[in-house]
Amino acid sequence: MAKQNKVHEPPFHIVKRPAIATWKAILIRTIAILLSLIVSSVVLIVLTKKSPFEAMQLVYEASFGKYKPELGTGFFTQMFTGRKFWAMLQELCMLLVIALAVTPAFKMKYWNLGAQGQVLFGGLCSVAVMFNLNQGYWATHKWLVLLLMLIAAILGGIIWAVIPALFKARWNTNESLFTLMMNYIAIQLISCMINVWNPSGSQVMGVVNQNTQIGWMPSMIFPESWGMSTSAKNYFFNILIVLALTVIMFVYLRYSKHGYELSVVGESVNTANYIGINVKKVIVRTLVFSGLLCGISGFLLVSGTDHSITTGLDRGYGFTAIIVAWLAKFNPLMMVVTSFLIVFLDKGASDIAMNMGFNESVGEIITGIIIFFIIGCEFFINYRIAKTHREG
Amino acid sequence: MPVFVTKIIAFLAAAVVQAIPLIYGSTGEIITEKSGHLNLGIPGIMYMGGISGIIGGYLYEHYAAKPVGIVAVLISLAASLVGSALMALIYSFLTVTLRANQNVTGLSLTIFGVGVGNFFGGSLLKFFGQTGSIYLAATSTAYRTTIPFLSKIPVVGTLFFSYGFLAYLAVIIALLSSRVLNKTRVGLSLRAVGESPATADAAGVNVTAYKYLATLIGGMIAGLGGLYFVMDATGGGWTNGGFGDKGWLAIAIVIFALWKPKNTLLCSFIFGALYILCVYIPGLSAPMKEIIKMMPYVVTVAVLIFISIRNKRENMPPASLGTSYFREER
Repeated sequence: MAKQNKVHEPPFHIVKRPAIATWKAILIRTIAILLSLIVSSVVLIVLTKKSPFEAMQLVYEASFGKYKPELGTGFFTQMFTGRKFWAMLQELCMLLVIALAVTPAFKMKYWNLGAQGQVLFGGLCSVAVMFNLNQGYWATHKWLVLLLMLIAAILGGIIWAVIPALFKARWNTNESLFTLMMNYIAIQLISCMINVWNPSGSQVMGVVNQNTQIGWMPSMIFPESWGMSTSAKNYFFNILIVLALTVIMFVYLRYSKHGYELSVVGESVNTANYIGINVKKVIVRTLVFSGLLCGISGFLLVSGTDHSITTGLDRGYGFTAIIVAWLAKFNPLMMVVTSFLIVFLDKGASDIAMNMGFNESVGEIITGIIIFFIIGCEFFINYRIAKTHREG
Repeated sequence: MPVFVTKIIAFLAAAVVQAIPLIYGSTGEIITEKSGHLNLGIPGIMYMGGISGIIGGYLYEHYAAKPVGIVAVLISLAASLVGSALMALIYSFLTVTLRANQNVTGLSLTIFGVGVGNFFGGSLLKFFGQTGSIYLAATSTAYRTTIPFLSKIPVVGTLFFSYGFLAYLAVIIALLSSRVLNKTRVGLSLRAVGESPATADAAGVNVTAYKYLATLIGGMIAGLGGLYFVMDATGGGWTNGGFGDKGWLAIAIVIFALWKPKNTLLCSFIFGALYILCVYIPGLSAPMKEIIKMMPYVVTVAVLIFISIRNKRENMPPASLGTSYFREER
């Protein structure tokens, strides 16, 4: 009998881990990030033929600025007052706020691929207010215009997010494709409105209210002696608002009843039904919240950043944000770290490429590589490879 | 022939040209989804298929003294297939072997593929110390060769015989996939893997192998769509982001076609027609044009809603779509 039982068996097999020590999980992720950095620097060096040291320096300078000893000011003073550092913080915050917006829905396992459209439509509503209310009464009540822009953007974001959610709740319509299509509908609406507002046929909106600055986010006034750069002044309130939203979202998800309910729906719809959670209500409510945040992102991008609208207003962050949120395990505070990682490398890679006369798409390549590694390493956190023991 | 008839024929032929990449993309995605894997990386794979073909063709035209059409086609075709297969391999390794989240992996693959496409599309000439934009004369002429006499027939020739060979290959692949999925043992096993991997596993089907192969073959087919677009539809050139959102539309068509490769032919044609409709309607104002361009997406949404309201069992996606299979899990 024993001889007949000679079945081919691989020497290793995969076992699901019940739980993993935190330090082990952090170690695995750190190794993955280091590996991905090695691979992406190899790619960068091969593509641009720069020495690794020079490449690393350029990546660093893209986010933190170049240190110029001849100016006589300290290293950190230069960094914190500099243009590059605040521009990086601004990018980080724009990515972060969209990541925050998609988080509650994804925690509920509602695949909202439409953050792009929600941001764009919110931005479009915001621009509409800014473009039309710039004379007479409104010119003297700039704060009111700003407030109306915010309300318009929030309403826009909510409408764009809730339409697919209602169909999902009522008929279980596939939300990922629905939201995806809503992106393109928003893009076409923007192209249409740009042609309406600027009939010259140039397909560009141009900066709105350049002279009056109506509807522009106010700049922060720092003491003159600090020597803050313009980007620090312009982006200060954007950054402040996003950081506040981060904390609010953390509290909402961790300590509120809503946050608890949506995570139950995400884990198991049946359980949610059983313990008396109204799943449909939770879906719609969560997407209202999601759309609200996307609307705010649209507002910040229009009012605090571009003062105009293009179909690329969202900078492609609608998709990157999903990955940022997922990598942070939907923890808003961790998202600050993951968005920094993505923005830091994207800016660095783009700067190197531009510096060499290549186009900036190399940033996307690097982002892709890093995400592959981090996605891959999750396997080693959830499973372990064990030696197969022969029985008998 | 009256002018509007010529215009309508030109419109229909242009719609076919728009439809071919969609046929490739959606057929590839259907095959992948039948194994239970939702590959949102298809847009990236199609970019990759396009740019790999361009790179292959460019290298050949650059180094060959006198480029021969058929060789150029074979080299760029092979390059394109290898490029998209590598992308599909990344996806299947991460989602099948490492059981990573399919949506996140797919999205990253798209970001990566679009990045690779736009990077090399914009910078390939720089590596060879040239300026300007890529234009592959010999290769694209070979791709665009039509059937000699048939294409000269008025009306019928324009409508049916005015395309390069990749267009006909798309139709053949879609019909063949339909047959394999529904009429062969391999197709039955593949569908079983997508519906219930545990059952298929118990019946002795090698689930991992099927998932890998379906993703690879699906990816390679989708990549051909990118190749057709750059070589035939746009004539051997590359514009950054020129391929646009066709990859996402291809994924939407999968639902529209109810997971049946045969149906993608008609669905892709309708989408292709909607895609370029605005060019052929005379007297449109600029804002109206943008509204007409919205049509494919609005139609997709309408179809999605319609299918979900009808909620028929045979119109449903494979049951295990989107979930990873782990044998030891109950």
